Amino acid sequence: MTRKTMELEILRYRPEKEERPTFETYEIPFKEEWVVLDAINYIKDNIDGSLSYRWSCRMGVCGSCGMMLNGIPKLSCAVFLRDYYPDKVRVEPLTGFPIQRDLVIVMDDFIHKLKEIKPWIIRDEGQEQSLEEGEYLQSPAELAAFKQYSMCINCMLCYAACPVYAIDNSFVGPAAIALAQRYNLDSRDHGRELRQDVIASNEGVWECTFVGECSEVCPKDVDPAGAIQRGKVSGTIDYFKDVLMPWGG
Amino acid sequence: MKPYVREYPNTWWLSRRPYFLFMVREFTAVFVAAYCVFLIYFVYKLSQGPDAYYGVIELLRSPLSIILHIIAFIFAIYHSITWFNLTPKIFILRFGEEQVPPFLISGANFIAWVVVSAIVAWIILVV
Repeated sequence: MTRKTMELEILRYRPEKEERPTFETYEIPFKEEWVVLDAINYIKDNIDGSLSYRWSCRMGVCGSCGMMLNGIPKLSCAVFLRDYYPDKVRVEPLTGFPIQRDLVIVMDDFIHKLKEIKPWIIRDEGQEQSLEEGEYLQSPAELAAFKQYSMCINCMLCYAACPVYAIDNSFVGPAAIALAQRYNLDSRDHGRELRQDVIASNEGVWECTFVGECSEVCPKDVDPAGAIQRGKVSGTIDYFKDVLMPWGG
Repeated sequence: MKPYVREYPNTWWLSRRPYFLFMVREFTAVFVAAYCVFLIYFVYKLSQGPDAYYGVIELLRSPLSIILHIIAFIFAIYHSITWFNLTPKIFILRFGEEQVPPFLISGANFIAWVVVSAIVAWIILVV
């Protein structure tokens, strides 16, 4: 029996010896049960140990192994080789981010944006409960209002799918806005006003043109596109309230 | 060592079908807007008296105008359908823990569309 093989074409960038990235093709054994990440691990272990990429959990939880597979952002641990076999798979680092090395991107911008939207529960002054007073209670309906948006694993696939971010990375972007929405919709949180400075700004929800691909590629069904559009609606309501009821409604 | 910034080509919208369909959706808005401008012009002509009004009607009967109308109509339909299909993402209605199914939200828009179109058709054709 001949051994089945297939090819992976990987974008390599070795800043110590080359000016720009180039594609290199690797032949790997094809196994029915292998995901793309298994194949990349095979290359690292058996063909070229210098190949750099991020990965950790291998089960779609950590969000580290996001890559462009044939031009579409995916978690490489969640796509089987058999979905491509016998065709070649083109593997590139996530679009829209600078490349540090090979498949490793520079994610500083995303981390900065995450921090900007204050992704934690903010209480009004005097409303903080001490540990002795116990947790803030919440009904199942109140949990359901934001739960979907809390599933984000910060894998950045949505940023890689977003042409707006690729063209102008001042855009706050899908995951950060979805996460802001997650806290804004949380009954325990009072921080919406504070987040609006970033969310309702020109670089916030209004930069989005609703391409919608962020939600399509999300491995956790977070629907960041929906979160952004809802942000536009509530931002507009805020504006009209301000104009029509300047004394505060 | 300097990180490498890849160029994002201007042809990005041709690289994948969903991007292309997005551009088509955006582009069809031009025709919807142009038709609105035409309607305003039409009302303006109406205010100028019967001669001006019939002048526009005559213009509308030309083959070129009919072709342009068919194109604008197809694009307006495409624009409406794609946007109505997106409404469930924007408008999320919840009753307690349950969310109203998305198809009911878009469905309500389509029904309203049919009803309004029928009323307009009735006014034009019957009244």
